[in-house]
Amino acid sequence: MTTIIERPDLIGPEEPAGPGGHGPVEHRADDDGHHAGPSGIVNWLTSTDHKVIGKSYMITSLVVFFIAGVMALVIRAQLASPTSSLVGFQTYNELFTMHGSLMLYLFAGPFAFGGLANYIVPLQVGAPDMAFPRLNALSYWLYLGGSTMMISSFVVAGGAASYGWTAYAPLSNATNSPGAGADLWLLSLGLTGFSAIFTGVNLAATIFYLRAPGMTMFRVPIFSWNMLVTAILILIAFPVLFGAVVLLFCDRHFGTHIFSVQGGGVPVLWQNLFWFFGHPEVYILALPYFGMVTDILPVFSRKPLFGYKGMVFATMSIAALSTGVWAHHMFTTGVVLLPFFSLLSYLIAVPTGIKFFNWIGTMWGGQLSFQTPMLFSVGFLFAFLMGGVTGVLLASPPVDFMTHNTYFVVAHFHQVLIGTTVFAGFAGFYFWYPKMFGRMLNERLGKLHFWTMFIGFWITFIPQYLLGLDGMPRRIADYLPSNGWTTLNVVSTVGAFILGASFLFFFANLWVSWRSPVAAGDNPWDGGALEWCTSSPPPHHNFTHLPPIRSERPTWDYNHPEHRKVHRAGEEPVPDKETVHAGVNS
Amino acid sequence: MNAFTHASPYPVASADPEAPDAPGAARPSRPAPRRRWSRWATGVALAAPLVLAGCNAYPSYGAHSGATSQGQDTFKLYSGMMTTGVIIGGLVALLILWTLLRYRRRSEEMPRQFHENIPIEIAYTLVPIVIVAFLFIFTVLTENNVDAVVPVNATVTATGNPVVHVTVTAFQWGWRFNYPDLNVGIAGETTNGPDNHGPQMVVPVGETVQIRLVSNDVIHGFYVPAFNFQRQALPGVTNFFDLDVLHAGTYDGQCTEICGLYHTEMLFSVRAVSPSAFAAWAGSEVQAGHTLQLGGVPASNVPPLETHLTPSIPSPPLSTTKGSS
Repeated sequence: MTTIIERPDLIGPEEPAGPGGHGPVEHRADDDGHHAGPSGIVNWLTSTDHKVIGKSYMITSLVVFFIAGVMALVIRAQLASPTSSLVGFQTYNELFTMHGSLMLYLFAGPFAFGGLANYIVPLQVGAPDMAFPRLNALSYWLYLGGSTMMISSFVVAGGAASYGWTAYAPLSNATNSPGAGADLWLLSLGLTGFSAIFTGVNLAATIFYLRAPGMTMFRVPIFSWNMLVTAILILIAFPVLFGAVVLLFCDRHFGTHIFSVQGGGVPVLWQNLFWFFGHPEVYILALPYFGMVTDILPVFSRKPLFGYKGMVFATMSIAALSTGVWAHHMFTTGVVLLPFFSLLSYLIAVPTGIKFFNWIGTMWGGQLSFQTPMLFSVGFLFAFLMGGVTGVLLASPPVDFMTHNTYFVVAHFHQVLIGTTVFAGFAGFYFWYPKMFGRMLNERLGKLHFWTMFIGFWITFIPQYLLGLDGMPRRIADYLPSNGWTTLNVVSTVGAFILGASFLFFFANLWVSWRSPVAAGDNPWDGGALEWCTSSPPPHHNFTHLPPIRSERPTWDYNHPEHRKVHRAGEEPVPDKETVHAGVNS
Repeated sequence: MNAFTHASPYPVASADPEAPDAPGAARPSRPAPRRRWSRWATGVALAAPLVLAGCNAYPSYGAHSGATSQGQDTFKLYSGMMTTGVIIGGLVALLILWTLLRYRRRSEEMPRQFHENIPIEIAYTLVPIVIVAFLFIFTVLTENNVDAVVPVNATVTATGNPVVHVTVTAFQWGWRFNYPDLNVGIAGETTNGPDNHGPQMVVPVGETVQIRLVSNDVIHGFYVPAFNFQRQALPGVTNFFDLDVLHAGTYDGQCTEICGLYHTEMLFSVRAVSPSAFAAWAGSEVQAGHTLQLGGVPASNVPPLETHLTPSIPSPPLSTTKGSS
C-alpha cells in the first residue's frame, strides 16, 4: 500500500516541460510583477483575483474547522464518562450547536466552493478569473463577517445559540431562546447564505461562459462539472434558508407567529423549510468532494476517468433527487407523506452506486500509486461506502423510527461528512497544494496524517452506531451508569482524540513546507486537467498558453501524445506538441 | 483478462507499444498469482454473508429485537436491510480492496487508456434500481403495520383485543401520562438529578395501547429504544400510534428532540404488566390521588390538559385494524 514510485516526469522548476515549457517560457509564476499592484496585506484586502480569494477562503474555513474540531473533542471528553460534569448543560448545548453550525455552514461548504473551487475551477476551464471578480470578493467578505459573527456569539450575554444546528421552532423562538447568541446565529446564516449564493452565481457563470476554446461541456473536468451542479443546487436551496431565517427573525422580534401555535402558526413549517434547504445542502457539501476524488483517482491510476458521462448524469440525478427528499428528515413527525419521500430517498442510492462503480472502474487495470492525495481518496471510498450503506437504511421510515436522533444517525452523517469534507477535502488539499503554493507537501508526514486519521475515524464512529442502536440519543450531555453505554463511549472518545491528533502531522507538514520548501514544478502528479499546464502558482490571469483541448484531460493528451484518446470519426485529432495561444478569453 | 477492457469501444492504446517509460514492453503478461488471488477473494465474498445469514434468519446487528409487535416488525425490516447492506457493501469494499492490491503500481508501464464500457454501466445502473425497489416494497409493508392505529374511540380492536388509551403530554422538562378512561394521571419532572429515571407509564401486556402524543411547549421526542420506535411530540399536532407490548418488563425511554436546557434528563420509563396487575395498579393510583386533575407533581408544574392545542387534528385514519400478535 505504501509503495513510493519515483515520478520520472516530475517537472522541476529549472527544466520546465509540458506546454509552458515547450512554448515560450518568458511568462512564469513570477510574472505577477507585470501587473504591478499592492502586495502583502493590502493585496489580500483589495484583491479580486480568484486565487487570492480562494486561498483566503481556504485559510478561514480551515481555522473554523479546527475551532469546531476542538469543540468536538470537548464534547467527546464530556461523554467519556457517565454523569460527567466537565461542562454544564447550557455550555454543552452551545457546544454541539456551534460544532454543527461551524462545520456545516462555515467549513464544509465554503472550503469546497469558496476555497478549492474558487481557486481551481477557473484554471480547469481555462479562464483568466471568475466571471464576476468583485462579486467574488464580496462573497468572501460576507463569509468572513458571518463567520466572525457566529463565533463571537460565544461571548455575548446568554451565550451562543443552543438549539442545535437545525434550530427547530419553537425552541428557537424568543421565548425559549431569548439570548443575543440566537440572533447572531440567524444573522450569520443570512450573511454566509448570501456569500454562498454569490459564489454559486459566479461558479455557474464561469463554467457556462468562460470556458477556453475547445472546452465543450463534455470536456469539462468532473470537479468543475460537480461545482456547476453544486452552484445550481445552491441557487435552489440557499434562498429558502434565507427566507426561513427571515421568518424566524420576524417571529423573534416583530411579533409574528409564523412558527408558533399560539398565534395560529405551524411549527412544522420550519422543519419543512429548513430541510428543503437542508437536504440539497447535504449534496452541496458532498458533490464538490465527489468531484475532487473523481479528478484525483485517474491521475494516480494513470488512466482516464471511467464512465465520464455516466458520472455527469449521476451527479445531475443526485442533485435533482436531492430536492425531493427533504421530508425523510421528518419521518418521525408523523405529519408527512412517508412512502413518496422514502422512494425518492432510496433512488439516490442508484446514482451514488454508479459513482462508486465508476471510481472502481477508473482504478481497474490502472497503475495505482499511493501518494497522499490517493490515500485520502481511498479513505474517502471506504468511509463513504459505510456512510452510504447506513444512509440507505435511513430512507426507510420504520428504521428511522428506531434510529432517528440516536447516535446511529450521528455516526452515519459523520461518516458521510468526514468521508467527503475531510478525507476527500484533504485529498484535494494535498493534491492542489503544489499548484497553489508551488511547493510540495512532505509525503511521509502526509501518510502519517492519513493513517492516524483513518484509524481514529473508525475507532470513533463504529461504537457510535452501536450506541445508537442501543438507544443513546444525540444531543444529551450525560447518561446513567446503568445505561451501559460507558465502554463504547470511552472507545469513541479515544478514537476522536486519535483523529484530532492526526492534524498535528498536518500542521507539521505545513511547517516543513513553509520552512524548507521543495519546488513542485508545473505538474508534479502528471495531472491531466488544464490547471497542470500552467505554472505553480499560476501567473496573474492564469495562462499564457493553452494546449489544444480535445478531451477532459488536455494536459495529459499533450504530455502523452502516444496514449491520447483516439477519437470517433469527425473529431479532429490532437496536434502534436503544438500550443495554441490563449488569447481568446482576454 | 478482465471484463472492462474487453468491451472497450475504443481502439486500445496497446496498438502503439511505445510507452515512454517501458520501451518495448507495453503489455507484459499478467503475473501468475493473480488467479489465486481472485479465486480466494471471490470465495470470501460469497462465504461471508452465507455464514452471517446461516446463524440466524434475523441477525440483530446490534439492535433491539423489539418488545412490541410493531417493534419486532421494524426489527425484522432493519435486520433484512442490514443483511442486504452487509452483502452489497461488503462486496463493494472487497472489490475496492482487491482493485487496490491487484493494480498497485508495479512498473512505469502506461496502462491501457479505456474510458467506458456501456453494457457494464447499464448493468450497474439497473441492478441497484431492482434492489432498492425490493427494499422499498418491504419498507411499505412494514410501515403499514407499524403505523396502523385502531380508531380513536375504539375500546376493542377488530380482533376483539382490548384497547387502552393513554395521552402522553411532553413538556419542558418532563412527561405526563393520562389514562382518560381510568381517571389516572401520572406526571413527573425529570430535572432532579442522575438517579431520577422520570415518571413511569404502566401498560398492560397483550392489549393494544393507543398513545395520543402531544406537546405543551416545544418539540419533544417520545422514544423507547426497546420498542424500536419514536415519534415527535409537536405543539399544535396530535400524533397517534399503537403499541402492542409483548413482554412484561420495564423499558427506559427518553426525549430525543433537543428541547432546551434539561433535554438530557428528560427521562421516563414504561412498565409492562399483566392486564390484571394493570387494573390493580390503576385502582391504587386513583386511591393515591394520582388522577387526571393532579397526577403527583406540584400543581404549578403540571401542564394543563391540552388546553393549548388550538388546531383540531382530525382523527387518524380508520383504515387499519391490525391483528395483534
